[in-house]
Amino acid sequence: MIHEFKKVWKQYTIGMLWLLGLLWPMLGIHPDGTLTFQKTVTVWSYLLAGSLVCLMIYVMKASGSLRFISTPLSRTTEGLKSATAAFPSWVWIMIVLGFALIYPQFAGRYGTDVAINVLLYICLGLGLNVVVGLAGMLDLGYIAFYGVGAYTYALFNVTYGLAFWVCLPLSAFFACIAGCIVGYPTLRMRGDYLAIVTLGFGEIIRIILNNWMSLTNGPNGILGISPIGIYIPIFENGLTFEHFWVKKLEFFYYFALGLAIFAVIAVRRLNFSRVGRAWESIREDETAAELMGVNTFIYKLLAYAMGAIFAGVAGAFFAARMKFVSPESFTFLESAMVLCMVVLGGMGSIPGIILGVIALIALPEVFRELQSYRMLVFGATMIIMMLFRPSGLIPAKRMGTRSEEKES
Amino acid sequence: MSDQPILELKNVHSGYGSIKALKGISLKVMPGEIVAIIGANGAGKSTTLMTICGIVPVEKGEIYYQGKLINRVSPEKLPTMGLCQVPEGRRIFPRLSVEENLILGAFHREDKDQIAKDIRHSYELFPILGERSRQHGGTLSGGEQQMLAIARALMTKPKVLLLDEPSLGLAPIIIQQIFKIIADINREEGTTILLVEQNANLALQAASRGYVVETGEITLEDKASSLLTNPKIREAYLGE
Repeated sequence: MIHEFKKVWKQYTIGMLWLLGLLWPMLGIHPDGTLTFQKTVTVWSYLLAGSLVCLMIYVMKASGSLRFISTPLSRTTEGLKSATAAFPSWVWIMIVLGFALIYPQFAGRYGTDVAINVLLYICLGLGLNVVVGLAGMLDLGYIAFYGVGAYTYALFNVTYGLAFWVCLPLSAFFACIAGCIVGYPTLRMRGDYLAIVTLGFGEIIRIILNNWMSLTNGPNGILGISPIGIYIPIFENGLTFEHFWVKKLEFFYYFALGLAIFAVIAVRRLNFSRVGRAWESIREDETAAELMGVNTFIYKLLAYAMGAIFAGVAGAFFAARMKFVSPESFTFLESAMVLCMVVLGGMGSIPGIILGVIALIALPEVFRELQSYRMLVFGATMIIMMLFRPSGLIPAKRMGTRSEEKES
Repeated sequence: MSDQPILELKNVHSGYGSIKALKGISLKVMPGEIVAIIGANGAGKSTTLMTICGIVPVEKGEIYYQGKLINRVSPEKLPTMGLCQVPEGRRIFPRLSVEENLILGAFHREDKDQIAKDIRHSYELFPILGERSRQHGGTLSGGEQQMLAIARALMTKPKVLLLDEPSLGLAPIIIQQIFKIIADINREEGTTILLVEQNANLALQAASRGYVVETGEITLEDKASSLLTNPKIREAYLGE
């Protein structure tokens, strides 16, 4: 153990000193020009103690002193794994679905609000997964289509009074058109170039929303968007329908849940179709895909448009929930967030993305106690995740059976 | 009919931007034969195949396939016409399973039953692929990947198969196997094969005719057997 420690203590000391050097400008320099050291040293000593414990555990693990814990631990995880494998996957789906259905009954207003956020982001994440995870195109301006969807509903609703259900396909349509407009000139590019161009287009759409005062009311946003309206059948004196606004958060939760379930099913179907396989071949090797007869341009455009449709639909729901849209909601940070969810959860894996969304929406909420440090903790969590699970929380399984195999 | 070439290049020029890789390549491939293109590194062998497939655009000259001009045909249409390439360095889809790689070879085909039959046929041709059908393509060894690349191209039901350096980075015993399979495909299916190789000896033994490419031009064209005995060729490419 001593020997193991000797190998790492030097790097560790340098690392901690470097951290001190980084922390002091953040905590010790005040806006009024005064310099303090007290707070920096306190925070640093906490971090030092914490990381020292981690280091000790790591060293002990490396030298094998922890075997008395790790062996039974790995045995229990093995046991758990075989136990989970014993249930078919539909049992798990039913359990998750059942939990999702009763969730608002005990979660309260705040919990439901967070859950709605999670569900909308699941739709967004799955849409981006089509572009990034399946077709392998890095899209940094994805949130723009979310914005297009939200503004489509907001504008049609406020100016023409169109109902949500009429606007939903319109939102999808306009997002799809925006996707094609952006995609057509840009998709000839590959890799990093595509990422930069999509980043630019994402910003262009946001800036248009921000500056087209006569149409979008600029940075003030659009107010007074109606919530989702539904007709409920009433069986008193014959069959009549009564119009009903979905204003309560609890009811809206179920619509968002429906959207998320729809997105999961749709993406799953796409993934295991001929189109999905074409996308994957493009991701793996574009030239080889072309040589095998895949029309790469059309399929890339299709992936882009499909991702945009998911974002557009989610955007309409977002507008209906907030009853207010402004360009602020569609910044680059949001694009990066959605991309993080997809990468963190595991590209191409639906359960992974759901977990990634929950982690990235829920973690900052959990760490709210830590106030301004929560983004720091959030960043550290991300780094640790990427170190230990580089291919995501639940990496995509690419060796499972395909729909065609079952048929034949 | 048999004296009409299935694939013909007439004075083809192409390149990458300002770099001219092909400076007037003319060659003919007759139906059912194996033709080898040999040459040194950077002579333009691979570019010739990439130009035929439309990945590198033609600047001047004509490419005829079954008597039709295919200069402007986009690359993804060629497999439907029966022209398929096994690209250099294999370029299989590493994170897709072996079976999915094969299914992608049949991407343009609609006949589901026949595709399933052809996949089984590929496994008969390459038993190792059958054993590893669920494995990721990227986990196969170099020789297995080459077999997968050939099997994938055969799934398109090609009339003409373009092979780019099938021996690249493989052990001699595996190369022997691959070349035996190439000869089998040619004999049993009647597939025309245009073979690009640095390993001139092997390529000329397998082929009936050969072309020698030097800096983007054809410098010699002859029967494979006469090329093998040609003292100049023996000196330049066979290391004597």
